Amino acid sequence: MGHKTFDRGIHPSYYKELTSSMRVETAALPKTVIIPLQQHAGAPCQPLVKKGDAVQEGQKIGDVQAFVSAPVHSSINGKVKDVDLAEHPNGSRVLSVIIDGDGTSREWKAGGAPMDTSALTPEFIRDTIRDAGIVGMGGAAFPTSVKLAPPKGKAIDTVLLNGCECEPFLTADHRIMIEETDKVVWGLRALMKATGAANGLIGVEENKPDAVEALKKAAGGHSDIRIIVTETKYPQGAEKMLIKAALNRKVPTGRLPLDVGVVVNNVGTAAAIFEAINHKKPLIERIVTVSGNGIKEPKNLKVRIGTTFEEVINQCGGLAGDAEMEVLNGGPMMGVAQTTLTVPVLKGTSGITVLTAASIKPLKYDPCIRCASCVEVCPMALMPYRLGDYGRTARVAEFKDWAGLSCIECGCCAYVCPSKRPLLQWIRVGKLRVRIEAARAKK
Amino acid sequence: MTDKTTENTETKAASAAGPKAEKLIVSSSPHFLNTESVPKIMHTVVMALFPAVAASVYFFGFRALLLVLVCVASCMLSEYWMQKIRKKPVTVYDGSAIITGMLLALTLPPSFPVFGAFLGSFFAIVVGKQLFGGLGFNIFNPALLGRAFMQATYPVLITTWTSPRTVGHAVDAVSAATPLALMKFEGKLTPLMDLFVGNVAGSMGETSVIAILLGGLYLRYKGYINWKLPLGYLGSMAVVGGAFWLADPARYPSPLFHLFAGGAMLGAWFMVTDMVTSPVTPLGQWIFVVLGGAMAVIIRLLGGLPEGVMYSILFMNAFVPLLNKHTRPKVFGEIKTEQS
Repeated sequence: MGHKTFDRGIHPSYYKELTSSMRVETAALPKTVIIPLQQHAGAPCQPLVKKGDAVQEGQKIGDVQAFVSAPVHSSINGKVKDVDLAEHPNGSRVLSVIIDGDGTSREWKAGGAPMDTSALTPEFIRDTIRDAGIVGMGGAAFPTSVKLAPPKGKAIDTVLLNGCECEPFLTADHRIMIEETDKVVWGLRALMKATGAANGLIGVEENKPDAVEALKKAAGGHSDIRIIVTETKYPQGAEKMLIKAALNRKVPTGRLPLDVGVVVNNVGTAAAIFEAINHKKPLIERIVTVSGNGIKEPKNLKVRIGTTFEEVINQCGGLAGDAEMEVLNGGPMMGVAQTTLTVPVLKGTSGITVLTAASIKPLKYDPCIRCASCVEVCPMALMPYRLGDYGRTARVAEFKDWAGLSCIECGCCAYVCPSKRPLLQWIRVGKLRVRIEAARAKK
Repeated sequence: MTDKTTENTETKAASAAGPKAEKLIVSSSPHFLNTESVPKIMHTVVMALFPAVAASVYFFGFRALLLVLVCVASCMLSEYWMQKIRKKPVTVYDGSAIITGMLLALTLPPSFPVFGAFLGSFFAIVVGKQLFGGLGFNIFNPALLGRAFMQATYPVLITTWTSPRTVGHAVDAVSAATPLALMKFEGKLTPLMDLFVGNVAGSMGETSVIAILLGGLYLRYKGYINWKLPLGYLGSMAVVGGAFWLADPARYPSPLFHLFAGGAMLGAWFMVTDMVTSPVTPLGQWIFVVLGGAMAVIIRLLGGLPEGVMYSILFMNAFVPLLNKHTRPKVFGEIKTEQS
């Protein structure tokens, strides 16, 4: 130990060895892609193409005049088959552009050395990032350009890159840090330039020594960039937990990292920024870890956005057996279970985890025995057993009073509960009830 | 992407997307959990009580074993019977009733009547646990409540002690006073080594410090007890007992005597640490053990009874809901000036 970290949290089994040493493979060009017009937090895009239109790889096909949003681009050359509602990994149906590919692809390369970040203006960097449709690639998919435009009077002193990757199974960020180290460091410098931050930090858990080594080497020439090695602990990659570990600052309840002078971005996002500025390449593909005990050949794959889960899984040997499985968009702690495999890979899909029925949680639960495990692990210092009961029994006032809205939904409480109570599920219900009540009060 | 916030249980995929799609399971995150379970915890506690049971059999003979078996059987039967009446799932084998039976037996004098032990166990489970709603809902430690009941119903028998077989008298056990009673009523102190090993008169499982420590440390090793509960309770006893001792060493026993005599060890390692009836917040746990330990010593030295561990824990049990409510930890990032 002795590495920086936050208080509480858990040490789940990580199973990273399934894919952590596997080089990223490029997935086969998909025949059809489904590109949802909402892949990010914020306003959904309006379609810029219609059925029958020919589209080019990298062409903008959806955008909107809203501050908190990000455009979407076609990830292949082809023809628009339809613009219609389609299944989305979040469980809803979202307006999507469905494109039939013509089997061709283009190169995204620029001759010569990468640009000098100090020669770029903050406005240029921000605009390029927005135009390239870059969003947080760690999973939350918050539009990156928005983070780089803080309100007046808020100074950013530090850009913190998140390379913790604390979710079990996932190794996409790990591979990016090893295989695209220079891009990550360059992206960090661009982010520092865009925000005027004097310090750049990269937080990595100590279970990725090869990534730490590579980053240290790549950042060696920059005295203003430091690599922070954190303890391997879940949820170290949660924004607030990483800021606490790296800078010993606490983001106040209901505030954002920029309120404590920090902008946090995923390492994959930094690499995408490099490509957007140097190769003029929008965010049309990403690295996805396909893993879990329900996958025949776990892999790290570079996948075009909009490729269906089915196609991705088939390139990894398919599902292991015909038994019941759970297919997740993300890892086992925070991932969302899918009802169909026709859903597309999104900008925020860091992994596809497939778990067999035997390895997922039971549906039966016992009474709470007040063992205090959930209280001892909650990184936000909440009392999950209580919040769960308030959510389940619709005691909205108490739910709010006991800070239920501060829950970051990491799932530590449910993970450790010996009674196997679905605490996080109940807390989500509580949050939903608070929102419903607030909506009613407005009317 | 935010999670779907609906109350989903297991729902099979509705759409037939591919040949395999009908076999998808959908549940809410987190999707995999650790391997702990209530029966696993309870059975580990049962294991941890074996050294104390073995010591009681060694010192007090077959009768000790008989009382343990009677109490465990009575607790399990009562649990089964009450769960049937309440039309609840029968969870007799989860181990919690076995713990209550074992703990209750260990607090009894070896000569205690079998029927009394049966009745006390019945009371512990029915009134102490099931009437509150069963496991997880009881306010008081069921075993201690059962013992308090017997203290009221069998006031003489429950304070009639025999010396252990290992104290070289005749074959028949003779009636003897406990170290705490000797201290309180006769001003005699028992050697610490006898207390540590358990070679003294007293409740069956309370006499051997070393047997209880073995079990307690095993539980700590397994991660099922928070170190601050037993150590805080014993520490508080030592500090308060030590204050009396420093004030008047001739009249009051040393802190070590307090820790090694009577039910201090069994209470600290197995009753204060009862998950259901102890607080969940760090501050609440400190208040619980510090006041509990202090009260045990005060009852011992100033009260009418020679032993105060049982009542100190029962008394503090009553405050647990209040402690949980008013000692909530400060939420990460909570702003100090904010009124909650």
